[in-house]
Amino acid sequence: MHHRTDIVYQYDGSFEGFLCCVFRAVYQREDPMAIFSEDGAQATLLETALIDTEPDKAGRVLRSIPAKMGTDALRAVQWCFLSDLEDRETAILAFLRLGYRVGSPVMRMLTDPCVHKVVTAARNVANEAHLLKGFTRFSDHGGALVAEIEPKNHVLPILARHFRARMPGESFLIHDRTHKLVLLCSGGCCQILPLEELSLPRADRREQLYRQLWTRFYDTVSIESRYNPRCRMTHMPKRYWAMMTEFQPENQAFALPEVSSPSSEKLR
Amino acid sequence: MDMLDKLTILSAAAKYDAACTSSGLDRSARPGGLGATMACGCCHSFSADGRCITLLKVLQSNACSYDCAYCVNRRSNDTKRATFTPRELADLTMQFYRRNYIEGLFLSSAVVRTPDYTCELMLETLRILRREYQFYGYIHAKAIPGASPGLLSQLGLLADRMSVNIELPSEASLQLLAPDKKKTDILAPMGFLRDGIAQGKQELVKYRHAPRFAPAGQSTQLIVGATPETDLQILTLSSALYQKYQLKRVFFSAYLPVVEHRNLPALTTRPPLLREHRLYQADWLIRYYHFEAGELLDPENPNFDPYVDPKCGWALRHLDQFPVEVNKADYETLLRVPGIGVKSARRIVKARRAGSLDFDGLKTLGVVLKRAKYFILCRGKASPGIVMTHRAILQALLSDAALDAMHQGDQLSLFDPTMEDVRQCITGQI
Repeated sequence: MHHRTDIVYQYDGSFEGFLCCVFRAVYQREDPMAIFSEDGAQATLLETALIDTEPDKAGRVLRSIPAKMGTDALRAVQWCFLSDLEDRETAILAFLRLGYRVGSPVMRMLTDPCVHKVVTAARNVANEAHLLKGFTRFSDHGGALVAEIEPKNHVLPILARHFRARMPGESFLIHDRTHKLVLLCSGGCCQILPLEELSLPRADRREQLYRQLWTRFYDTVSIESRYNPRCRMTHMPKRYWAMMTEFQPENQAFALPEVSSPSSEKLR
Repeated sequence: MDMLDKLTILSAAAKYDAACTSSGLDRSARPGGLGATMACGCCHSFSADGRCITLLKVLQSNACSYDCAYCVNRRSNDTKRATFTPRELADLTMQFYRRNYIEGLFLSSAVVRTPDYTCELMLETLRILRREYQFYGYIHAKAIPGASPGLLSQLGLLADRMSVNIELPSEASLQLLAPDKKKTDILAPMGFLRDGIAQGKQELVKYRHAPRFAPAGQSTQLIVGATPETDLQILTLSSALYQKYQLKRVFFSAYLPVVEHRNLPALTTRPPLLREHRLYQADWLIRYYHFEAGELLDPENPNFDPYVDPKCGWALRHLDQFPVEVNKADYETLLRVPGIGVKSARRIVKARRAGSLDFDGLKTLGVVLKRAKYFILCRGKASPGIVMTHRAILQALLSDAALDAMHQGDQLSLFDPTMEDVRQCITGQI
């Protein structure tokens, strides 16, 4: 089967839009050199096909994936699409082509480069999302909860589901500094919007108190004679620290009072 | 006393409890409530000692009426005392939870006045959280030895996990160091919890909305290194606890000399961290790798080797069972290969159904070959340049310094390793 390769696709950046790229590639027998989202567009000498997002086509592709390759494959595709993999669109397209050909065994072909790439990227997304379910820190600003994160991958949709389920009564927002997006959730409804920068008012007394209490707790629970910074770093990479309450020096209130522990030496 | 001081005192007093898990239960919030739990658990931070922080681990009070020798809170110790009111602690938990600092509350307590009085204080805290504030996050509650069964069962209906610390690995040690506690005081509530959990499960089959008793099960902790028990004794005890009391976890805590006492190791003793590490490795092998305590240790070798981890040690004693062919060995056999863990074994079993694997394929799967390559074949071939003799493998797996020490006959004792030893000997995860 011969595919046309001297072409690039441009789509709106949405998952549905991407599925329409898959639709076209499969039905027009094309193997685009690259697939760009609108904001990532680059000047190229090749012909650029503008792909419209059509719910009907997107739906057909979406249903075909679990039907042909199983639900695991769909999840891998969805999560890989959220990853920071530079050529994630073409990687997923190659994976899907293979999947359409071989069916459900595709998810077992872990040593195949196409499968390995997608599955690894999806795993990275899952891992980072899991870490951020724990490491995200909210501050209370007039009753609403506000957090900032700097993830490598676009994990906001996963975090949205997680925090909405555990805090159904709270209004909260999470600003993703890396992707310049904000997640807004209120009354059980969530939406993700573009936002360049988030400027917050100073935390009030009550908020400052809870930050201090948490930071104090963090410093106190560590056992001095077991000090093991390397182990901490393995579990909690330093790139997350900047956004975490317990690592902000201003939250360390006064000196630690004397408590009966082998030494009151503070380890950070 | 302000909250900051109270929290400092009562978290410092609770920090030696090793258990910090929020796992074993999936539950989402109900409308109007706050909080959920994840079966896999969730770490919210890691302290400077590398331990996971998932729950707000505090004592309700440290004003103890007991006098256990190894305990900082013992009556005769001159230390600052504090007590949270149930409302204070419930509020703190809610505020920490909203900010996503924690996954829930780990509540323990020193014995204030009587075990029953202590239990009632804790119950009131949990009642405010669960009933009044509609808190659906994780709660781990310590059963207070000696408290009446009625109070314990109320505690179990509000908490997700319960635990009773067995503290010391034998009755003789208990008598020596904790004269106020008896073995039966500890085992009785443990048996009570087991029966409550089993009964709760039965009722759930009959009535869908029956209140659940400690749905995430029970755990315990014992201190390693304060008394002369061997690793074999400890492992046998923990196996018995898993079987007889259906525990979810047994935690080991390297003894830290926090107090001076004639019956205790000197204050300068280093915590036996490597020994604790080995026991956890062995515990893992028993719970997830289908090993039995008797396979790992025997009366002639009652303690773990400081140089190699328990799985490697087992493999070196059973070289006749190796190498195994990666493409044919069953899952249980793969799990016994040093360097291959549960994830790797699962991936291998999955991937080889799509085509036979070679060493590059294993690397692509993310299998770490550093140790595994001495114990496996791919398509009938060993990794190039590998010599599979006991001596060669040992040489390859140990650091030069550790080998030197071993050849010079230096007794590296698990009971007194230096940090240097720890760094050199721990060869990584199982």
